[in-house]
Parts: sequence; C-alpha cells; structure tokens
Amino acid sequence: MRRIGIMLWICLLSAGFAGAQDTLPDSLFSVKLGEVVVSSKPLINYNKQSKPLSTLEEYLEQTSRVSMVKRGNYAWEPMVNSMSSERLNVTIDGMHIFGACTDKMDPITSYVDVSNLSEISVSSGQQGAEYGPTIGGAIDLSRTKHDFCNPGWSGSVDMGYESNANLFTAGAAVKYIHSRFFAAVDFMYRDAGNYKAGKRITVPFSQYTKYNLSSTLGWKLNDNNTMVASVIFDRAKDVGYPALPMDVSRARAAIASVQHLVENIAPVLRSWETKLYYNNVLHEMDDTKRPVVPIHMDMPGWTSTYGMYSKIKAEKGRHDMTFNLNAYYNQSKAEMTMYPKDTAEQIMFMYTWPDVRTTYAGVFAQDRITWNQQHILQYSASAGFHRNTVADDFGLNSLRIFYPEMNAGKNRVVLGANTSYTYRRKNMEYNVAAGYGQRAPSVSEGYGFYLFNSFDRYDYIGNPNLKNEQSIEAEAGITYKISKLKTQATVSYFHILNYIIGIPNPDVLPMTIGASGVREYKSLSAVNMVNAEWSVEYKPHPSWKTKAALTYSYGQDKQRQNLPLIRPFSFRMSLAYRIKSLELELAVDGAAKQKAYSKAYGEDLTPAYAVLNFSAGYMFFIEDHRLYLRAGVENIADTYYSTFSDWNNIPRRGRNFYVNISFAFDKKKVVKE
Amino acid sequence: MKRIIVMAVAIVSIFTYACKKEETTPVSETAGLKKVQEMANDTNTVEIYTTSGALQLGYNDVYLRIRDNATSEYAKDAAFDWMPLMHMMSMTHACPKSQVQKVAGKETLYKGYLVFQMPENASERWTLQLKYQTGGNSFTVEDTVAVPNSTRKRVTVVTGTDSKKYIIALVSPETPQVAVNDFKVGLFTMENKMSFPVVKNFAIDIDPRMPSMGNHGSPNNENLSYQSADSLYHGKLSLTMTGYWKINMMLKNADSDVLKGEAVTEENEASSLFLEVEF
Repeated sequence: MRRIGIMLWICLLSAGFAGAQDTLPDSLFSVKLGEVVVSSKPLINYNKQSKPLSTLEEYLEQTSRVSMVKRGNYAWEPMVNSMSSERLNVTIDGMHIFGACTDKMDPITSYVDVSNLSEISVSSGQQGAEYGPTIGGAIDLSRTKHDFCNPGWSGSVDMGYESNANLFTAGAAVKYIHSRFFAAVDFMYRDAGNYKAGKRITVPFSQYTKYNLSSTLGWKLNDNNTMVASVIFDRAKDVGYPALPMDVSRARAAIASVQHLVENIAPVLRSWETKLYYNNVLHEMDDTKRPVVPIHMDMPGWTSTYGMYSKIKAEKGRHDMTFNLNAYYNQSKAEMTMYPKDTAEQIMFMYTWPDVRTTYAGVFAQDRITWNQQHILQYSASAGFHRNTVADDFGLNSLRIFYPEMNAGKNRVVLGANTSYTYRRKNMEYNVAAGYGQRAPSVSEGYGFYLFNSFDRYDYIGNPNLKNEQSIEAEAGITYKISKLKTQATVSYFHILNYIIGIPNPDVLPMTIGASGVREYKSLSAVNMVNAEWSVEYKPHPSWKTKAALTYSYGQDKQRQNLPLIRPFSFRMSLAYRIKSLELELAVDGAAKQKAYSKAYGEDLTPAYAVLNFSAGYMFFIEDHRLYLRAGVENIADTYYSTFSDWNNIPRRGRNFYVNISFAFDKKKVVKE
Repeated sequence: MKRIIVMAVAIVSIFTYACKKEETTPVSETAGLKKVQEMANDTNTVEIYTTSGALQLGYNDVYLRIRDNATSEYAKDAAFDWMPLMHMMSMTHACPKSQVQKVAGKETLYKGYLVFQMPENASERWTLQLKYQTGGNSFTVEDTVAVPNSTRKRVTVVTGTDSKKYIIALVSPETPQVAVNDFKVGLFTMENKMSFPVVKNFAIDIDPRMPSMGNHGSPNNENLSYQSADSLYHGKLSLTMTGYWKINMMLKNADSDVLKGEAVTEENEASSLFLEVEF
C-alpha cells in the first residue's frame, strides 16, 4: 500500500511537472535567454500546430532563430543565427550523429521524424555547448519521454494529405505502459511527388519517399532507477534534389541507445543520466534519372558514431548545477566513382572523405544561481580534446597532393565559456550574456577532397592545418509581459576569429566539369555577425490571439564583404481565432529584399516576398478517444518566390491544400486527470 | 613436467636453428623478377628477366643471367654488350639503351634498360643480340623478342623545332598511385639509326589532364629536370584520382626554347607531345 502511495505521488508529481512543461513556452520567465522551445510534448500537437503532421523541417522553420537551407523538398539544413551545420551542435537526445553526404544533403534532422520527438530545443551560441563545442548554437531534438504512470494501452493513427506534391503521410503509434516497464513503437511514412512552385510551375526532381520506425523500451529497476533502450530506423529513397546536379537513391540511418537514469540519489544529487549510443548512416547519391549528365558518377558516403555521455544534475541552496562528460568516436568516409563514356577506360575513383576518424572527449559544467526569483546568474565552462586521423593511406596520399607535410593525425583542444545574468522586476525581464567558444573544423573543412558546391560552382578542398575557429559573443534581451500582451526583443553579436571559409586558389584547376575553380578552406581573420529579433503576442480576447515576429541579421568580414547565407529582414505574423473545439488561423510569412548578398559565394539579390497561409482545426471527443481534424491552405495567393537560403534560388512551394486527421485512443487507467 | 619443458625447449631450439640456417642461404638472385625468355648457344643459356615477365613498348629494365649449359652454374664475371634491332621492311634501326652492369648486391644478375620506341607487327620484328665475355671467352646469342603494342602511350618519338628526333619514354611511376608520384622520364635523341644518346640538361614541362572528365588537371606537379645520377629526368606527378591521365608536355632545350609541345588552354585541350598513364 505504501509503495502504491509513493508511486502515486511520483506520478502526480511528474504529471504536474509535465503540465508545467506544457505551459512553458507561454509563461514569461521560463525560456532561457536565446533558447526557444519549439514545442513540448508531444511534438505532434493538434492544439498548437496549424499543420500537426508537418515534417520536422517545417516545425523547425517556425522558430524565428532558425532558417532552413533548401536544396529540394526534403532534408532541409537548419541554420541558427545564420550559421549552418558545421558551426552548430545538432544532436538527438544528446547523441552526436553525422550526415554521410559530402554535399550536406542529409543533415541529421532528416533522419528523425516528428513522431519520434517531443521537443526541439534551440540554443543560441555558447548556451548550446553542453554536448560539444559550438559557435552558432545548438539544436537538440528530444525523443518522446515516457513514464510509468497511467498503465494501459494507448495509441494513435495519423493520416495526412497535401495537394501540392501529392504528399501522402501515414503514421501509427502504439504504447503499452505497465507500472514497471513500457514499450512504445511508432511508424511514419511520407511519400511525395514533384511539387509545384507558385504559378503552378512543376519543380522536377523534387519527389521523396521516407519511412521512419522508432521504438522505445523502458524498465523501472526500482523507484529511483530506470533503463531506457531506444532505436530509430530511418530510410529515404528516391529523393530528388532539384537544386543540385544529383539525387539520392538511398539514405538510411540506424540510431540506437541505452540510457540509465538515477533520480533523487541524495538531497544534493538530483539525477544522474548515462547514455551509450551507436549510429550508422549510409547515403547514396544517384544521377541515373537525370536526362543529361556530363559524366555518370556514384557518390556513396558512410558515417558511424559510437558515443556516450554522463550527466549529473545537482542542486544546493541557490545553486542549480549540471555536469556533463561526453565522448564520441566517429568514422566518416565517402567515395566518388566516375564512369567514362569510353567503357574501355578505367573508372575514375577517389575518396572525397578519406576515412576520417574523429575522437572527441569533453567536459561541461554549469551553475545557475537564483536569488529571490529576481536575479539569476548562470555560468558555464567546457573543455574538450578533439583528434582527427586519416585512416586510409589512399586518402592520405590524395590529400598530400595539396599538403605534402600533413600528418595522418591532428590533435586539438577545444574550449568554451559562457555567462549570463537575468534580472526580473514586475513585468520586465532583462538579460545579458557573454561567451567564448571554439570549434574544430568539420570533416569536409579539414579533409574534403574536391567537394563540389553547386551554389558557387567551386570544388572545395579541405585543409588539415586550419586553426580552431573562435567566437566571442554577446547577447542582450528584454521581455515585457502583462496579461494580454507579451513582447520580447533580443540581439546577439558574434565576433568570429579564424572564420573557416573557402578561398579561391586560382593556381588549381577544378575537377568537376563546369566548375569555376577550386576553393581551399582557409581562415578569415575575423568576421562580425549580428542577429536581432523582436516578437509580440497579443490576446485581446480569450478567443483571439495575434502574434508577430521580426528578425534581422548581418554578417560581414573585416573587409566589409558580405558573408553568404545571411538572412535578410524577415517577418511572420498570425491571427488565430478559437471557439470551443474549432480553431482558425491566418498567417503571413515574408522577407524584405536581400540586398546584403554575397556575390563571391554565388548569391544574387533575392526579391522580397510575402505568402499567406490559412488553417482550420476541429477536435471531436468520442468517449475518451479523440479525433482531430486539421485542414488548411498554404501560400493562398500561389506566389512564386524563393528565399535567401534556397539553393540556386530554387522556388518554394506554391498553393497547397492539406488535411491532417488523427485518431488517438486511450485504454489507460487514469490515476489523475 | 620437467621432461616436457626440456623437450619443448629442445624442439624450439631445433626449429630456431633450422630457420637460421635457412636464412643464411643466399636469397634467390631473381626474387621479384619473372623470366621473359631464354637465348642459348652451345655453351650457355642467357636468361632474360623483367619485373612483369614481358618486354613492353617504351622503357624496360632488363635483367640478364648466364647459365653454363654443362654445369648449370651461373656466370659471376660476365661483361655484356647488347644491340636491340628493329627489322623493318625498308630498313633496320636500333633503340635507346644503357650499358649492362652487374646488379649491386647480386652475384649473377646483370641489368640494363632498353627503350623500344615502336611495337612489333606481323612483318616487322625486334631482335636482341647479346655479346658477352665470361671465363675469358666471348660468345654471342641472338633471338627475336616480343614487343607488343601498348594501349597507352609510354614512349613517343617527335621531331623538335631544331629538326632533331627525340624519344621520350616513361620510366616511373610503373604503378601510379592517387598521390604525388615520383615521375621519371628518359630523353634520348636519334643521332643516326644505330645511336640514341641521352640528352642532358634539357627540361620538360608537364601538365597532366583527364580528357574523359572535362580535361581537368592536378595541382602541385613538378616539371622534369635532368639528374646526372641516373641520366634520367625527374619530377613530380600529381594524380588526384584513378583512371586515364594524359600527361601533356613541352620539351625545352638548355636555352629554354620550346622544341616540341604546346601549353594546354581552354582552346587547346592537348599538347602534341604527351605520355599517358592509366590505372
């Protein structure tokens, strides 16, 4: 009896906690400076999302800090603070995974699905350094957490259809919870044809098919100890990349982890979480469907990563501390085989990633001190050891063509530190933060061999002698909230030293047919970047809600030359009306003309645009089960447009009608409602 | 127990001894070589070796041994003089060749090089005449040798702007790598049909390209310059991938006048002077 009592208490507590988390994004002082929690559990949320079965990329794009580089309709690459993959720490539940494509066609966000996730946390700058070094920030995709409360079966079936691209989405999830264990499985299937840009112009080679299967098993060893094992299998096939010269025949990932969590160890030690993980990614490019190719080629890539982290959370008095030890070992390899038209000739072969092994081990410590709920001082520091080794002699000799003196191995020490202060008074909150961070070059930046960038049309050569990139950052924010109104403004400044970028070497001839030249990765002595955003949310009436967000970015090097992929002034506004189970939403998305583009990196002026979206949602209750219905129209005016981050100005989707239906059933014994 | 240990020690020492004994016997004189053919007279049989077991168009390192037909002993005191000859329909000519010398560290093996500048065909064949002295006596053997055509250009014969005929032959890399390869080339001129001396102190500029892949080039090559140590031209050849590479060349005399070859440009995709590698 006493045991049940304790369990009940824990469940109530966690239910309460979960409830609190749900309301997090709406509460005033919950969000750390610069951190945007896109959504809480579960990610497929019919109450909060206008299109609940959106792809993960569409979810990410809704946050003002994140913009997406699009090379087609699939596997968009996220950028935070106008910085992309190599300057970010993108993790899945703290696990490092590395895309296997040398041309960034598979950012790791493409290997999960919203159905697996409960939360996406986006951190700016050094606030994202917990799981490893970063410059621009971090995106951590949190898998759905399950608890041992409310035993019984539950599940859902999701169906979606979108008129543009004939996109069909189907998913199912089943969960069984027992007081000592749980098992959850979910599956998602997405299949799309070629989409149509505005004015009904078909974009050829924009189709994709994706399957994602995920499973989580949990055991409660005793009241404090739990073990969770989880796997994700993701497989995409026949993926078109209209902005690139090649498509993808197959991209697959297997992601597995085992986690042990001890909670309430001692009054000071709140939790100790340790995870071991492994993942494996295969990516195969394909040009066989393209009508005209100068030369047929195969470009497969592989990565596998073994890793772990061990994280302790402690609290004592005013202090709230986190310690994280994390390590991984990654193997990245990619090849290129070209088939000459004269079949009697030998095939042409090279390693584009010469089997690079990366070992990283680092520690992170953070302390957060709170006085009277008014002053919060947070500071953190991290230090890591980073080693690259070229394991393949063939590849090493290839790179030695450019760097005759290079060694197979290279060691680096990567450091970071951050501090922030928050002051709350009445309806106001003020934040200031400062940080310093470093990062090691990515595999492509350090060891890439003739990687063709179809944007600036240069072949890129890695440089193993690059120095660590360093960033000095400062951030300030102000928030004002009263019952009907919330408004927030933040500005962040990055001064990046040894900024890694490709610099043309006119003495080297390009390899790719049609390329303009060769760029070698070099360091610019310093660049400056500024990101500013302002958002307002106003609820004049319980049924009405309006939101607006404006963002502005700036990025130039010391010679005042524009950096590539810097977001122009952008805005997003929405008006929502809700009555009982019906919700209607009208939204506008747009950007001003991108005047500050980088011609040297293949950019041109992107015109201003604005698109109008509409959605309607309705929720039915059938006994304890729920049936949700959401429908809407995106880009109502069928505007033909592209944004600053659309690869080779590939146009975005035109008018799109969609409908999402979900049925959720619950056979749980409800402990508390 | 003790007995087992003693026995084990004994066995191990026997094996060790046996192995040592084997090591002291001389390593085969022709390790790493394959026999091309034999040429015999009444007294001796001359064995001809190369690393591949065949002669090929262009440059060949050729190894020779003389076996006594009666005793099967190999000569250790031989001196060679050789003459390769191409018997064409209209005339007979020789080819560039080196002296034959004993291979350092070997007792019975001799080495020299031959540069066949044209392949055989149905009616035109190469012969190799070997004159040698051993034991104070002189002998001769002679036979035809097979020099088939090659798929890729390993040797080229050109006429320079100075009206002289030059022969340029690829010496190494024999097995090219995706790497910076040590590049060695032999440069000879044709004095007359029988004499092809080494040309010294010229220069050869190189520009390797892949014609099947947009005629792209490679970085950090090093032009060929004359090295008196082996009388060959040495440089560096960067090959960024496997496949077929055309090594465009420009031959320059000691005054840096271009005798043959053109620079590769957008308009001119290949030089008239080139060698080829494929791997």
